[in-house]
Amino acid sequence: MKKALLNFFERIEPDKAKSPLLHTAYDAFFTFAFTPNTVTAKGVHIRDGMDLKRTMVTVVVALQLLYVFGTYNIGNQHFHALGMYTGTFEAIHLKIFYGLVKILPIFVVTHLVGLGVEFYYAAKKGHAVEEGFLVSGALIPLIMPPDIPLWILSIAIIFAVVIGKEAFGGTGMNILNIALLARVFVFFAYPTYISGDEVWIAGIEKVGAGAYAGQEYGGIYGILDSIFGAFGWATFGEGKQAVVDGFTGATPLGLAAKGGWAAVTEHYSVSDMWWGHIPGSIGETSKPLVLIGALMLILTKVADWRIMVSAVVGFVLCGLMVNGIAPDTFGPETAGVFKFMAVPWYYHFYMGSFFFAMAFMATDPVTAASTATGKWIYGFFIGFIGLIIRVLNPAYPEGWMLAILFMNVFAPLIDHYVFEANVKRRAKRQVALAKARVEAAPASATTVTAE
Amino acid sequence: MKSILNKAVLTLGTLFMAFELSAQTEGASGSNIFIYTLVGIAVILFFGMLINVADNLIGIEAKQNNIDVEEGGLALIPGFKHLFGGKVADYTANAPVTILRRGHDILLEGEASGAVKVASGVTRYAVQPPNFRGLQPIPKMTVEVGASVKAGDQIFFDKQMPDVAFVTPVSGEVIELNRGAKRAITEIVILADKKQEYRTFNQPDYKTADRETILNFMKESGGWSLLRQRPYNTIPNPEVTPRDIFVSTFDSAPLAPDSAVIVAGQEAAFQAGIDVLARLTDGQVHLGLDGRGETAPPAAFTEASNASKRYFKGKHPVGNVGVQIHHTAPVGGNDVVWVLGVQEVITLGKLFQEGRFDASRVVALAGAELQIPHYVRTYPGANVGELLKGNLKQDHVRYISGDVLSGEQKTPNGYLNFYDDQLTVIKEGDYYEMFGWLLPLSPRPTISNTFPNFLFPKVKFEADTNTHGEKRAFVVTNAYEQVMPMDVYPQQIMKSILVNDIERMEGLGILELVEEDVALCEFVCVSKQPLQQILRQGLETMREQG
Repeated sequence: MKKALLNFFERIEPDKAKSPLLHTAYDAFFTFAFTPNTVTAKGVHIRDGMDLKRTMVTVVVALQLLYVFGTYNIGNQHFHALGMYTGTFEAIHLKIFYGLVKILPIFVVTHLVGLGVEFYYAAKKGHAVEEGFLVSGALIPLIMPPDIPLWILSIAIIFAVVIGKEAFGGTGMNILNIALLARVFVFFAYPTYISGDEVWIAGIEKVGAGAYAGQEYGGIYGILDSIFGAFGWATFGEGKQAVVDGFTGATPLGLAAKGGWAAVTEHYSVSDMWWGHIPGSIGETSKPLVLIGALMLILTKVADWRIMVSAVVGFVLCGLMVNGIAPDTFGPETAGVFKFMAVPWYYHFYMGSFFFAMAFMATDPVTAASTATGKWIYGFFIGFIGLIIRVLNPAYPEGWMLAILFMNVFAPLIDHYVFEANVKRRAKRQVALAKARVEAAPASATTVTAE
Repeated sequence: MKSILNKAVLTLGTLFMAFELSAQTEGASGSNIFIYTLVGIAVILFFGMLINVADNLIGIEAKQNNIDVEEGGLALIPGFKHLFGGKVADYTANAPVTILRRGHDILLEGEASGAVKVASGVTRYAVQPPNFRGLQPIPKMTVEVGASVKAGDQIFFDKQMPDVAFVTPVSGEVIELNRGAKRAITEIVILADKKQEYRTFNQPDYKTADRETILNFMKESGGWSLLRQRPYNTIPNPEVTPRDIFVSTFDSAPLAPDSAVIVAGQEAAFQAGIDVLARLTDGQVHLGLDGRGETAPPAAFTEASNASKRYFKGKHPVGNVGVQIHHTAPVGGNDVVWVLGVQEVITLGKLFQEGRFDASRVVALAGAELQIPHYVRTYPGANVGELLKGNLKQDHVRYISGDVLSGEQKTPNGYLNFYDDQLTVIKEGDYYEMFGWLLPLSPRPTISNTFPNFLFPKVKFEADTNTHGEKRAFVVTNAYEQVMPMDVYPQQIMKSILVNDIERMEGLGILELVEEDVALCEFVCVSKQPLQQILRQGLETMREQG
């Protein structure tokens, strides 16, 4: 079977000179199926089994639970808004298929557009397709609202890959996190599609001032209905149902920014927020599943635990600080920001996408600080600044995207000073050594534990 | 160190107490859990502080009474090295010990073992000028093809150092002069006599003669070629006196020969070599001793006189002399140190004891593709094919003079390099592996936890030469640091070499490194970058700049 596949690949190999784009694509798929048969030349004769493809795919694997839950949650939120199937496992097939209809186009378009750009540049520059987009492509669908128009998504991805990565020389050379760049592009270019109350729940349309209704189910849903009907399961039906009283499409953070913790708990229970039964970007809502992914990255050493730990430290410290300066009592006139400041620091873990950003965005090895010391500083400030933006920024009640991009820019500077310190330490040590030689002190019997 | 830690604990404790008090007074907006947490932390810190102070008082008391706190187990709180550094074996009692946490031992099948046999089938030996780094590519030959030579006869010299003789390790007839690119001489092949004849020198008494005489004798007799200089790993300039001389008495590379086998029976020569070296430097001769095992290394090393000794414990590259220099007295600025291997010290010792250049050495024939991995006694530059005759399992293999990390690839018609005491044979890995990046179907050495290897740390592998991936830009940032037990930033050094930033390279410590020190980083490199090649390029740039 392996032999047959190899033969097949050899037979269809396009000519590299005549059609470089085709050959690049061929090469990408070939190296996807088979690790190449190249052997070491100069230098080491044996190589570690780890390569970049495996590194990247480990992150993708760590994201899979979030895909599963995200798909379910799109449907779950949709039906919750309509007041239907409120049980977790009630009509689960409808929820999952509804989510699939939403998430599959996003996933496919992300990869078609992103990989298309990658293949084009690889062919143009004459190098192999690098696997950076494996991770970016897996992350981008998870950080978009479920109803994101596909054309906006496409433009955002083209922008992120071309301006953010290829302009800097490709995988490993970029300064900013590609996935976040795609999101920040949508955020600044098409703000109404990614912020506010009306975007986080799929398939809810505004039918008048303050009145919302579910979408009409036609087309694909009709086909699905005929299948479900055959099994005797619940079906989508006609749609256009009015949403329940007291419906809000706002995320917990959106509520907290207006009315503090009281406003949040009015709509969502703490356990719902923890398990992820809340509106939000597709893949970020379920904290336990994010933490499982994070743990996987830490155990496999694919992501650096230092960044995650120091981000939590910065987050907690900043949380304590804003708690400390928040007023003790609120009147009816108190602005929402003061109420948000008073949200106890540990409740901040339950809202928004801190864990997701910390585990999958901040730890991007290309854009994070590269030294151990640098990583502590880098992570700390992401946690610290991110929470400041979350609490104090009136336009956007979530801070990680901006905080991480901000620290991406500063990461080289942090590293620079770490390296400078190393250079100084080295010079100082040399001076001390020379001095010790002059004094010619005999070596004492000591035990040193070194790096 | 300890006092700083105490201060930190005290300051933190006070801070948290203050924090906790202020939180209590304004506590309305906070929650009870928060306050309880802080109180809990404060209580723990308070008791921690008490213990710490008590611990320090014990320390002071012990110091006044001249009791070693570590030795007596008097400390209340175990130090970092007790918790994480691992235990040091008892035999290290009187010498300083350095424990290295970072590194990785690559366990491979095919370790040489058993008694040292005499390599009988080898007829051809080669002196390879490229082995001696820092020479001009075309040395001046002093013999012609067809000439017959005795072991110790000069065969070429370098035009920059005309008084340093490079000599043949074996006696016989010069049969070939092979040239490489740009007509540089790469091999001077000698068909060895059945019975070795030695040129005899009038050796000075190394205990009484002055340094000048010793130096001149070494230059004339071939002893000079045994020395290497750090930085750059070149043949040293005779006019520069080294700050120190370093000898690593063990090799931690994969399948490396056991130095106990090498030194067995050569103890006197080793000591003589050390004595000679001690005359050559104003500083000290440093011996790096193996502190990894349960039992002490051979007495020839541990009881050597005229040298300062330090034990090293850790994983590869702990046996690399560069790592040992870094943790003893690092090179930097204008410092020059010399380094020698155990076998070079022995040869040097014999040169001064017997007045002849007896370069015979123990070579480990190792690797999973050998039928019987074993030790042989031969001379530097022995023919690879003849050494391995009748011992191979199959043909599709790679011959490596040296270890699998920093050795040089050879053909069966090639020759062992001058300083190498290891010949490794492993499988060629030119096969495709289906979804190899996703599902590893064959076991392979790795440091990555994405493979199940970390569950089975003692498993030995049959590694092959497959690259397991393609070359990429530097992406992953913490892989090198896991295996580099020196205070350097390998990735940043490589990047500054690539952009030719000389000041940065030097500042970050390129002068402390040679190829073998970054070889393990190259092995683990996820992006499959050629680090050793890049490093050499940087070192050459540095050397040109003077």
